[in-house]
Amino acid sequence: MTMERIQLAHGSGGKLSHDLVNQVMWPAFANPILGEMHDGARFSINGAGLAFTTDSYVVKPLFFPGGNIGKLAVCGTVNDLAMTGAVPLYLSAAFVLEEGFPLVDLKRIVDSMAETASRAGVQIVTGDTKVVEKGAVDGIYINTAGVGQIRENVNVSGCQARPGQDIILSGTLGEHSIAVMSERHGLVLPETIVSDCAPLNGLVEQILSRVPQTAVLRDPTRGGLATALNEIAEQSQVGIMLEETSIPVQAAVRATCDILGFDPLYLANEGKMLLFVEPEYSSQILEIMHGHPYGRQACVIGSVIGQRPGQVGLSTAIGGVRLLDMLTGAQLPRIC
Amino acid sequence: MQSLTPEEQRRTAGFFTTEISHRVKRPLRLMEVCGTHTVAIFKAGIRQLLPAGVELVSGPGCPVCVTPNEYLDTAIAYSRQPNVILTTFGDMLRVPGSSSSLLVEKAAGADIRIVYSPLESLDIARDYPDKQVIFLAVGFETTAPTAAATVLTAARADLKNFSVLSSHKLVPPALQALLDRPGVRVDGFLLPGHVSAVIGVEPYRFLQRNFGIPAVIAGFDPLDILQSVYMLVRQLEDGAAKLENQYSRIVPAAGNPAACKLLEQVYQPADTVWRGLGMIPSSGLVLRPGYSAFDSRSKLPVVVEPASEPKGCRCGEILQGSIKPTACPLFGRSCTPDHPVGSCMVSVEGTCAAWHKYGAGRWQL
Repeated sequence: MTMERIQLAHGSGGKLSHDLVNQVMWPAFANPILGEMHDGARFSINGAGLAFTTDSYVVKPLFFPGGNIGKLAVCGTVNDLAMTGAVPLYLSAAFVLEEGFPLVDLKRIVDSMAETASRAGVQIVTGDTKVVEKGAVDGIYINTAGVGQIRENVNVSGCQARPGQDIILSGTLGEHSIAVMSERHGLVLPETIVSDCAPLNGLVEQILSRVPQTAVLRDPTRGGLATALNEIAEQSQVGIMLEETSIPVQAAVRATCDILGFDPLYLANEGKMLLFVEPEYSSQILEIMHGHPYGRQACVIGSVIGQRPGQVGLSTAIGGVRLLDMLTGAQLPRIC
Repeated sequence: MQSLTPEEQRRTAGFFTTEISHRVKRPLRLMEVCGTHTVAIFKAGIRQLLPAGVELVSGPGCPVCVTPNEYLDTAIAYSRQPNVILTTFGDMLRVPGSSSSLLVEKAAGADIRIVYSPLESLDIARDYPDKQVIFLAVGFETTAPTAAATVLTAARADLKNFSVLSSHKLVPPALQALLDRPGVRVDGFLLPGHVSAVIGVEPYRFLQRNFGIPAVIAGFDPLDILQSVYMLVRQLEDGAAKLENQYSRIVPAAGNPAACKLLEQVYQPADTVWRGLGMIPSSGLVLRPGYSAFDSRSKLPVVVEPASEPKGCRCGEILQGSIKPTACPLFGRSCTPDHPVGSCMVSVEGTCAAWHKYGAGRWQL
């Protein structure tokens, strides 16, 4: 069957998203900066290293436990900049509003953006507002772009994973996806699951100022941990081996995943980061993370291996090993 | 068993695998009937832990996989009707019919909505009184009771714009049909835990009585599965053919009488077509005549394109456990999870999808 139209899975961050970028966007836009396939573009102007990124936010529902579309729009772009090793500085915010959208909701969203930007230490310095006819968008869409300054002596990149490095995850997986999904579908969960949506630049600042040897930073957003690690394994042409029992997942998230047939390793996160580093720095990084509110449950979840370049394996709780592939399509609730 | 520490889990798994290895004296083919088992086996890396003589083959227990093209084509035809909203569980969206899929139709503008419970369809029907809401009622004994409860709720509320397109299927008749076929070799069954929680233990007794085949109702935790394989191997090496219930913490011997009563009230058994297995007598559920107002087929006739099967696809043999997915010429080439040709590649619980996703289940360094 020829897929002639865009499907929802093209935006899931998984394999179809990659295929779309590789087959449509890349041939048209190809250039060395884009070719780095980073969370943001890195380049220099008059000797100053800069990072630049953009993202659009179309989340439904607009308000969910732990956040809203505005907080997400600021955190997402701040985090994309932070993951390039840059200090996020300035953001833009562009709004596409549906005719009839309640002003009170817009105000809540904008206030939340201002508060989050202030907490992250960035300024929203330019923007745009468009209003379209009722039905043309779903309430409100927000685009944010951001620029940041690359730190000197820091060079983090998905191409820099090397055999022997430890892989550190900053905390539990999947809360954002489950929080949004439960709100969207009115799921009655064993307990309220709150999105982890948070700006990570403060935590990154502490890590990179003390351990500039950090090799890779990545936030496992759409496509989740599995897809992020597959991307890095492919970019660096290394293998990755994870320990299933080391990967932290809240019990309520795990239980919800069991019911719906989801895998927490593929769920989107909005306040978690992955970090690759030589093992001699791991305890220092863990100490920094454990002392920060966004890294209290940080742990080593696996390591880079010399075999199986481009692939991710998972050592399971009962001692088996399996392939951990990139997300295929969108995760959909199963029948039984 | 999830309360065990990782060390205890590994030790318990080690006990079962060592015992299995010691007991197996001849090659054994064990069929896990249920798609959820198939995925759990791959996810936990169980194949790798078993000795080479114990082969796990997947059976016809993925509801998406066994849904025939005729049903999908009917759903697609409905989705193209003006004033129709289709509601469905998510994994039906990607299954290819004869010339399209619901996902393609959705992208082209059809009003198709994913629901987590059939009851959500009733809310949609209330919100859109000028539209006909059709729920794609697919699944085994596990999901059929909820669909039945939804029909009863709709009947009580006198909802005129809701109906179900039923393709519910029953597991025991499919196992019977499978074993009646010449050339099918299965030494033992891992029986589906969720289905059994509804129907109980007795409906599988024919396996022991008519075919002398050992069977174990199995849970879904990796250690449940390993223990169930161990129980099967022990029976086989002892020359026994018993029906055992490893999942007794969830599956009472009598099943769930309330759910069974719901099924009995709303549905009646009927001959139905299974993809890959063909027509199996009394293996489907259709609405009883008293509920025909909620039966899409009788309420809203629709013209459906003639069904055709994709060329070269060997899902049928895979669903019978006759061949491994890798023996299909399309596997991993023209048929991948992103562009599935056959239904076994579509569902997350499909055999081919699991083989593809988990690298055929044998990661080796």
